[in-house]
Parts: sequence; C-alpha cells; structure tokens
Amino acid sequence: MARIRDLAVICRSKNANPFSLTLDMVFPDQQTFERVRTSGVISKQLISRLYSVPESDVLLVEFPPANAFKATIPRLHGSGAVEDSDVYGAQQHGPLMDVEIP
Amino acid sequence: MSEQELRIIAPTAIVGYGFQESSLERVLQKDPHLIACDGGSTDPGPNYLGMGKAFVGRDAAKRDLSLMLHAAVDRKIPMIVGTSGGAGGDAHLQWTREIVEEIARENNLHFKMALIHAEQSKEYVAKKLEDGRVEPIWPLGALDPGAVARSTNIVGMAGAEPYIEALGGGAQVILCGRSDDAAIFAAMPIKEEFDPALGWVAGKLLECGAACAVPRQKYGSEGITVTVREDHILVEPNHPGLTCTPLSVSTFFLHENETPLYHTEPSGVLDLTALDCQAVDERTVKITGAQFHPREKYTIRLEGVELVGYRCICVSYTRDPVLVQSIDGYLDAVRKLVVSRVDGMGVPAEDYKLVFRVIGKNAVMGEREPVKEILTHELGIIMEAVASTQELANEILGLARQAGKNLHYEGKLCDEGCITYPYSPSDIPAGPVYEYNMLHAVEPDSPLEMFPVEYVTV
Repeated sequence: MARIRDLAVICRSKNANPFSLTLDMVFPDQQTFERVRTSGVISKQLISRLYSVPESDVLLVEFPPANAFKATIPRLHGSGAVEDSDVYGAQQHGPLMDVEIP
Repeated sequence: MSEQELRIIAPTAIVGYGFQESSLERVLQKDPHLIACDGGSTDPGPNYLGMGKAFVGRDAAKRDLSLMLHAAVDRKIPMIVGTSGGAGGDAHLQWTREIVEEIARENNLHFKMALIHAEQSKEYVAKKLEDGRVEPIWPLGALDPGAVARSTNIVGMAGAEPYIEALGGGAQVILCGRSDDAAIFAAMPIKEEFDPALGWVAGKLLECGAACAVPRQKYGSEGITVTVREDHILVEPNHPGLTCTPLSVSTFFLHENETPLYHTEPSGVLDLTALDCQAVDERTVKITGAQFHPREKYTIRLEGVELVGYRCICVSYTRDPVLVQSIDGYLDAVRKLVVSRVDGMGVPAEDYKLVFRVIGKNAVMGEREPVKEILTHELGIIMEAVASTQELANEILGLARQAGKNLHYEGKLCDEGCITYPYSPSDIPAGPVYEYNMLHAVEPDSPLEMFPVEYVTV
C-alpha cells in the first residue's frame, strides 16, 4: 500500500469557476498512473465520501497525457460568499493525500 | 496565412505579478508578432468586481505594462491586455487605461489604442433573460431575475472576435475588460487564419504565464513564448532556468477547469481528447492533436456580483486547554448572548450575520472536513460581523469581541480573559462585502454586441 501523497507529483485543489471546485492528482509516469487506475480507488464514490457530496454531483475524468485524474464538485458556497472559507478553493485537497492505493 | 508562423509572448501570468526583465529581453530577440498578457481572474473573489479595484498594486502593474509597451512600440507589434485591472469592469479598464496613458506621456510614446468594454447593464441582461437567451453554467440553476436586479456589476467574458475587430481596426494597443483568458492570445492566430484549435491551445497556455513550465515559480512569476505554425505549436519558457516538458505542459491543461478534455469557448469547444505533447529539445514542447468544434450558438459567460453588507472582523486566539476542548459550546453561548443584545438594540436578525471561524478546527473545509478530533494546544478564532451598514457591523463585532473575551464556561480558571487578541485596535472594519450571484451563458445577437470597441489616439 502507498498513500497518494507518496505516489503523486501533484495533488491540489482550485476553483474551476466561482461555484465549483476541482481536485487534480498527477502521477509521475504511465506505470504509476496505470497502477492507480487499475486499483479503482479513485472513483466517484471516493470523492463523494471524502467531500460529503452526492455521487451524481461528481465529475471525474482521467487525462492520460498528464497521467492525471481530475474530480470536480460544486462548491458549498460561492467563492467569497460570507459563509465561504476558501476563496481560491486552493486548500481542499488534504483529504485526498492520505488515501491508500494498493 | 500571410505568415508561416506566429510567435506570441506572454511575459507573466497576470499584469503586475512581475517577471525578470532579462527574460523578456531574451525572447524579444525572437522577433515576436504579439506581446500580450492576462490582466485578471475571478480567483481573488467577488469583492474586486464590486469595488472596482485591482488586486495588484498600481506600481507593479505600471512596471509590467511599461516593459510590455516599450517592447511593442519599439517593434511596431500589437500589445494586448485582457481582463484589464483584475476583474474587467469599466472601472478596471479605466484604471489600466490611465496607467498606459501615463507611461506613454512620460516616455513620449504614440500609438492607436482600442478599449474593449465588457461591463453589461442590468437592463441588457434582464432583457436577454426575458427572451429565454440566458442559460445556467454548472453547477448553478436558472438565473433569478431578482439577482439581476440586485447586481451592482455584471461583466461578460469577451471572445476572440472583439480583439480581431480591434486588430483589424489598426489598434497597436488593445485593452479589454473582462475576457475569456485564452481569447486574448487566440485572436491573432484566428485572424491570420491559422487552425483555430491551435490558436485556442496557444491561448490556454499563454494565459497563465509560465505555469506550464517547471520548476513552477522557481523564479517567481515568469512567462512563456508560443510559436503557432500550420499544424502544431511550440511552447517554451522565457526564463532560461525553466523548462517545458511534455508532462508539465499536459498537466497545465488541468488548470482551473472542470475537465482537461473539453474547453467551452464563446464560438465553440476546444477538444483535447487527442492531445499529443512531445519534447523538441530540453525546454521546448511540440503540441498537436487539438480539435476545435465550432458551435452555431455563440455564448458569452456572465459574471455578476451584489452587495450583501459590510464587514468587521477581529482576530483572536486561545491557549487555554479547557477552552480548546469545549470551543464549540463556548462559541454557541457567545453567539446567543450577542444575538440577544443585538435584538435588544431593535436590529432585525436578517440585518446581520455573525460568523466565527475557528482556526485549528474546520476553518478551511467547514462542514466538509472529515477530521473530527481536535489535536492542538491552541486555536485561532476569527470573529466576523456582516451587517447592513459598517457602523452596525462594528457595533455587533464589538459585542462579540467583549462577550468572547469574558463569558463563563464550565471549568474556567482564567477569569481575566479566556481568548485574547494580537492587535490593538482589535476590531478591523473591512468594508463592503460582495457575493457572486451569476455564472450564466448569454446568447448575444452578434459576437460584438456586448463589447463595444472604442478607439483613442495616445
């Protein structure tokens, strides 16, 4: 087992627009990307569980040219709204880092 | 195509973020056809559009614009800035215009300048909504006519067409209000009849400076140069210490979007499902495989903000081991006391919001935070009141600060103050608070309808 933080070269979050949040995980080479992909760990279910968002609200894509996975979910509040806590959406990736990959 | 290739320089990610002058001088030797830069972003939030203020310093912006302007005027090539002044409203465009005119005056530079306005009237948007020509962008729902009426500022994101119009009109300097980031750079290749897919890919890369190069931010903010050719583009960083690799460039297509595969632009969709990035040398990457699918329906993204009140905050913290473990109950009690006091002042509950942000406990992720247990010896508490006037926000925050310092809790031993403050004055009036209330696509009658081009001689 290895954690995503041990395998990835990028694990980050950011606003995709003022109302949605995107999570990027980039792996260093095709071999690692395939390992993560075949493990099936990175899924809509995972994002749904880690971020308390319905699976139907998770957009998940693979991007082989960058050995990458990207998940996008609605923000809880618009960027900069009174109830918002992360204007840039730049610190929402933490829960992904300790996810274990067989 | 009148040229075999177009060489386009972006000196940095955002005007005012800076770059080393030597990096620009180095790539100017490549005899570029265009020097252009993104001027803004929604990243810093809604306040900048509402306030009409830039999120970079004026001197920083002037320094970058001055180097760009000299480079363009000396070589008789166009200079373009999109999303001028940060948020691209009329106030931001005017701010940038005044800086450019000041540089020209101080350096005796002369040129024809185009100003592309992107601020939209409420009446225009309301009419489009009535006509059924406004659609939501995920994850929002239908646009509420009330939100349009409450908006203080609405901007449209210009596509490539207004830039093409201004280039055709002979403008050497083009300043645009809110703009599609990639359109700033895609306009010239599209005008010169290169494959639009390559123009849009070039624009995607150029709009964020050297974000597609590694080591990222090693030298602070820097830029890249893109060469657009008949069937491919080449990208390389301006700073000699940076490199573009197939992985760094591919990774960049994940930047700030929902999916790297399809990118919606006003006139169609950029499809990167067959993207191919290959190393040409140690620092240059060749890109092929992009496709552009034009759409019959031309749409412009709208961004709008409304004023929701005025904010006052205070920063406080506790290092009391009993309070650290009982902070939620304590803050509930503080809230109850403040609410009853404010009620006693005759202020309706809907006139204000009281927010406590506990740093060390869910401050960053809020209710999405999966970690439930507090393992810390101290906590920060930002107290915040947002109210219908600044004076009321200050009053309410004053009550909260005082209650927060002294209120009783079970097991309290520190009866001179259970939270404390690093600053005097402790209360910081933070001014107007705006919220985004619109992220929708509107269908104009023509690509230029929302973006009047004004020419001035400088």
